[in-house]
Amino acid sequence: MQIFVCIKQVPDSGQIRVHPVTNTIMRQGVPTIINPYDLFGLEQALRLRDRFGGEVTVMTMGPPMAVDSLRKALTYGADRAVLLTDRVFAGSDTLATSYALSNLILKAGETWGAPDIVFCGKQTIDGDTAQVGPGIARRLGLSQLTYVSGIDDMDLTDRQILVRRRGDHGVQVLRSQLPVMVTMMEGSNEIRRGTQADALRAARAEVVKWNAATVGIPDVSLCGLRGSPTVVKKVFAPTAREEKAEMVATTDQSPVAMADALINQIFTRQPALQDDLLRQAAGH
Amino acid sequence: MTHEHFDAIVVGAGPSGNAAAYTMAQRGLKVLQIERGEYAGSKNVQGAILYSDALEKIIPDFRDEAPLERHVIEQRIWMMDDAGHTGMHHRSDDYNEDRPNRYTIIRAQFDKWFNRCVREIGVTVLFETTVTSLITDENKRVIGVQTDRDGNGIFADVVVLAEGVNGLVGQRSGLRRELRPEDVALAVKEMHFLPQEVIDARFNLKGEEGVVIEAMGTITDGMVGTAFLYTNRESISVGVGCLVSEFAKSGEATPHGILDRFKNHPSIKALLEGSEIKEYAAHLIPEGGFRAVPELVGDGWIVVGDAGHFVNAVHREGSNLAMTTGRLAGEVVANILGSCMTCTRDNLQTYVRQLEDSFVMKDMKKYKNVPRMLEQGGRHIMDLYPRLLNRSAQTWFRVDGKDKKSKESDILRSARQARGLTGLLGDAFKLARAWR
Ligand SMILES: Cc1cc2nc3c(=O)[nH]c(=O)nc-3n(C[C@H](O)[C@H](O)[C@H](O)COP(=O)(O)OP(=O)(O)OC[C@H]3O[C@@H](n4cnc5c(N)ncnc54)[C@H](O)[C@@H]3O)c2cc1C
Repeated sequence: MQIFVCIKQVPDSGQIRVHPVTNTIMRQGVPTIINPYDLFGLEQALRLRDRFGGEVTVMTMGPPMAVDSLRKALTYGADRAVLLTDRVFAGSDTLATSYALSNLILKAGETWGAPDIVFCGKQTIDGDTAQVGPGIARRLGLSQLTYVSGIDDMDLTDRQILVRRRGDHGVQVLRSQLPVMVTMMEGSNEIRRGTQADALRAARAEVVKWNAATVGIPDVSLCGLRGSPTVVKKVFAPTAREEKAEMVATTDQSPVAMADALINQIFTRQPALQDDLLRQAAGH
Repeated sequence: MTHEHFDAIVVGAGPSGNAAAYTMAQRGLKVLQIERGEYAGSKNVQGAILYSDALEKIIPDFRDEAPLERHVIEQRIWMMDDAGHTGMHHRSDDYNEDRPNRYTIIRAQFDKWFNRCVREIGVTVLFETTVTSLITDENKRVIGVQTDRDGNGIFADVVVLAEGVNGLVGQRSGLRRELRPEDVALAVKEMHFLPQEVIDARFNLKGEEGVVIEAMGTITDGMVGTAFLYTNRESISVGVGCLVSEFAKSGEATPHGILDRFKNHPSIKALLEGSEIKEYAAHLIPEGGFRAVPELVGDGWIVVGDAGHFVNAVHREGSNLAMTTGRLAGEVVANILGSCMTCTRDNLQTYVRQLEDSFVMKDMKKYKNVPRMLEQGGRHIMDLYPRLLNRSAQTWFRVDGKDKKSKESDILRSARQARGLTGLLGDAFKLARAWR
């Protein structure tokens, strides 16, 4: 079985600061990490491989320094890593990114075998769009399984997968034909700690490096800034709200007690609201 | 499964470990470096002075690529009382040279760069991996390390302990004793971000020029310790450090409390105004000097950098001693293995001899009595003298109708009252002897 996992190197958003005076983002010295949502996909991929056999290939489109994230993914236990890096991809929005990644997936598929599952992060912490995974699925004609909270079963002979998906009003149990594109919900698993052998292998592994030409991007004008209709007009830090937050303390920590305390507080301040609600309740 | 075997394993990717790993790989050894942090520098307190000489001897053209902040053209040394400071400033355009001698750096970035050089020259580096213990054979010879990842031990002809001040691996294996509180300082540091132009204007700098302030005095509440301020390109590093034993004695003083005091001192506050703070965790500095240096070599192991207690607290040098000891250890190991000998204690003694011949041990020896002197007379040096100095300066500079001769005797009298003539002479004598 071939499993591809798309990851993205992102600035650690917990460590980004906004300059108090200029209101601009200060990137200096902000460490990069693997987009945390991607790790749920990676761990799920490793578990499937451990159970059903096969290979896990991690891939990313990004600057040369993204190799650090790929190597880290190898340390977790991925079998190989591919970096697609080229100036033509600079400034890609989600449309151009899904175009580049789909072509990367096609090329990787030709090289090591077409993927049965492509994992993507549910979204990234720096863009938050949740568009790239679905974009790839659409371009490659993969079934889309987004917001998956667990993979219950897989049958490689029938080429079917059974997953649980978080819906708006509950959990959907979905069966789909492989190949599929899956994005995992956060908290659905926890990334493992690679063994010493994994760490040594990762430290010595060559990350495969491809560019637009080696991957054979059909139309370079669909890449990078040129292929990106999205325009960022402005980045700013929201101003703090005027009203101050207030702590409501309860001795009893049960949810009911806390809700009671809150409602009491609200009703004391807005007696009209209480009357209103009581009247409505009586009316029903 | 066959065991992994390397020529050398280096524990730690700070300046000393990087220097050792680089030197050995450059000489053809198969080297594994193991670092517990997520990347080299991730565990290191930010903002520091880099001394070019030690690094030049390892990577001669480091200036082309290393992430350097500013080269230092001005040094200020301040004695502070609560209201101000009296000090010495030294600034020279001569420091605007082709190959500047000192730079301010941000350790997280610098260590990362240094470690990239280490990887590029062929060292295999494991991150987020902690060495938990040393593996020894039946003759107590160190033959490898055990890590906190699942798997067998990893083996090597020699283990270079570059694990920093705590030296837990060495300690656990009984190669060294536990750190004594009077031999280590606890330091805290913060970065204050400011636009480059603001820093240039506040410190009278242009281009990549930088300033270093080192201060001592009443801010440490009489505890033995110092404070510092370094200008980076777009930030200012400020920090304080005091001996752990002094914190223990005081019972209530905290490193952050002292740092707050320093930052709010009238002489410092204006320099930091309007900056955005990023706080960093505390870190230990080995300041016990020569007498605290542990056993440095044994069968199959060798100690470098902070783990060997190589810090010159008087001159605030640490990373350069780390790099120099790392380089020398690397050279000695490469020579031994290159001539098909084994890294026995006797063979590794060459390293100790080379250290004795270098500035490293000479400087360590020169100041070997300073820690003891501070242990005994620290309170006066940290509290009384800065007060006296600042009071005397005020007496001297205020124009108030009093004649200069009377002012002179006022100054002398207040000094004598505060410490007594024998006390003053005794302190001067002890200081001179410790400095010798
Ligand atoms: C606040 C402060 C300011 C300083 N300012 C200066 C300055 O301006 N100039 C200067 O020259 N020096 C300065 N120093 C001293 C300098 O930082 C040290 O001397 C220097 O970092 C020592 O290098 P090292 O490689 O020996 O140790 P470290 O830099 O401490 O590196 C040790 C490394 O080993 C790793 N490690 C530890 N144990 C294990 C283990 N079991 N397994 C795997 N990895 C492990 C750690 O994570 C760490 O990365 C300062 C120190 C402090 C605390």
